[in-house]
Amino acid sequence: MELIDRYLVLVGFGETGWGTLLLSASAMTLGVSICGFLTGTILGSVVTFMKLSRYMVVRWLADGYTTVLRGVPDLLVIYLFYFGGSAFLGYLGGLFGYQGFIGMPAFLTGTLALGVVSAAYQSEVFRGAFKSVANGELEAASAVGMRPWPKFRRIVAPLVLRYAIPGLGNTWQLVLKESALISITGLVELLRQSQIAAGSTRRPFEFYLTAIVLYLVITWASSIAFRHLEARTMRGTRSSL
Amino acid sequence: MDVAFMWETFLILLSGLPLTLELALTSIIAGGILALFLSLFAVAGGPIGRGLTRGYVFVFRGSPLLVQMFLIYYGLGQFRPLLQELGLWAIFREPYWCAVIALTLNTAAYTSEIFRGGLKAVSLQQVEAARACGMSGLLLFRRIVLPIAIRHALPAYGNEIILMLKATALASVITIMEVTGLAGKLIADSFRAFEVFIVAGAIYLAVTFLVTRLMMIIEFWLSPHLRMRPPTLA
Repeated sequence: MELIDRYLVLVGFGETGWGTLLLSASAMTLGVSICGFLTGTILGSVVTFMKLSRYMVVRWLADGYTTVLRGVPDLLVIYLFYFGGSAFLGYLGGLFGYQGFIGMPAFLTGTLALGVVSAAYQSEVFRGAFKSVANGELEAASAVGMRPWPKFRRIVAPLVLRYAIPGLGNTWQLVLKESALISITGLVELLRQSQIAAGSTRRPFEFYLTAIVLYLVITWASSIAFRHLEARTMRGTRSSL
Repeated sequence: MDVAFMWETFLILLSGLPLTLELALTSIIAGGILALFLSLFAVAGGPIGRGLTRGYVFVFRGSPLLVQMFLIYYGLGQFRPLLQELGLWAIFREPYWCAVIALTLNTAAYTSEIFRGGLKAVSLQQVEAARACGMSGLLLFRRIVLPIAIRHALPAYGNEIILMLKATALASVITIMEVTGLAGKLIADSFRAFEVFIVAGAIYLAVTFLVTRLMMIIEFWLSPHLRMRPPTLA
């Protein structure tokens, strides 16, 4: 009992508790994940358009992008953006006569790295979803005289999104878990905050366990949210199963 | 781009490749065995088996591998006296073994779901047919269920192997100098992120490519019944 009481004080909201900090760090985890995921959605859509292009070179480029980004550890991508970004900023600073070191902002690094990696996964999700849009629907849209943009906005995008939601849910979970890697750049998200707390209290076990529980809460809640979203976009259809 | 620098980088990073492969192979094999038991327990263990394995999978798939690694490496260090008493400290002291344990437990969760899906894909008719021929128990499992399940599970299992190969990079965060660890050190020293990234990425891609080819060969070899028959006379 005493053990539990001590633990509750440690992660609680009292004067010596880390509760508030852990919760705000969870918010940071959510924030960087959402920004990264949305960046990935935008970039991923572009890559999908490239994959569906009629020019072979463009398709090759897009396929190469997915192959590389899915085949390389995400940690390397984060290193690339963190150190590469700093070097680039230093170069820009040099042009304006500044000689010192300019660190890449950690949040931006996280957003870019998560975005670039998840774009590779999301483009595959979108491509698969586009393939399952029935040809007849596209032909019908053209037959009633829709131009490419209205056709995309009214027919293609809603249908693709409907089929893409399960895959997007998986990608979101991936991004959420990958966001823990951003801690190495010093961004105070959930894992970094737990490291700080573990270091200053010398209770790593309690804090990493708490971090795992908080991650589980987030992934569990988002899986429920995606299930609802899927049910909502699927209303008006009949399932064969 | 500096070719001499990249060649030097390549040689340095290549020296980390055996460690990367060793980490991946150890945890894939250990995780595979654990996953086999987990999936059998899930399919045949009744509601308790199903509930327990579902909980295991939920915890290990729902939280980041890096945090699991930290919990095992740094977190268990807190119980050093107890672990020393049990004689386990020699294992949990080493970052290598902590990384292997974390990777194993993590991949077992994913793999057990793959195996479970494979076992579920064995249709009842096939099992019934085997029973009608008089097979049961282990014989039925070995001759009918397992081969069919393996065929179903193979593509997803190939993906998992590649994911594991990439996941070994996280071991560098707990001081293990495999390919990504060496790459990170080189980048921090030389500040030439782009060149090092290209070389390290090429090494990973080469290994991934070999793994996908290998899986394709295994798949081909395991599905002779799906191939076109050679043309016959008459």
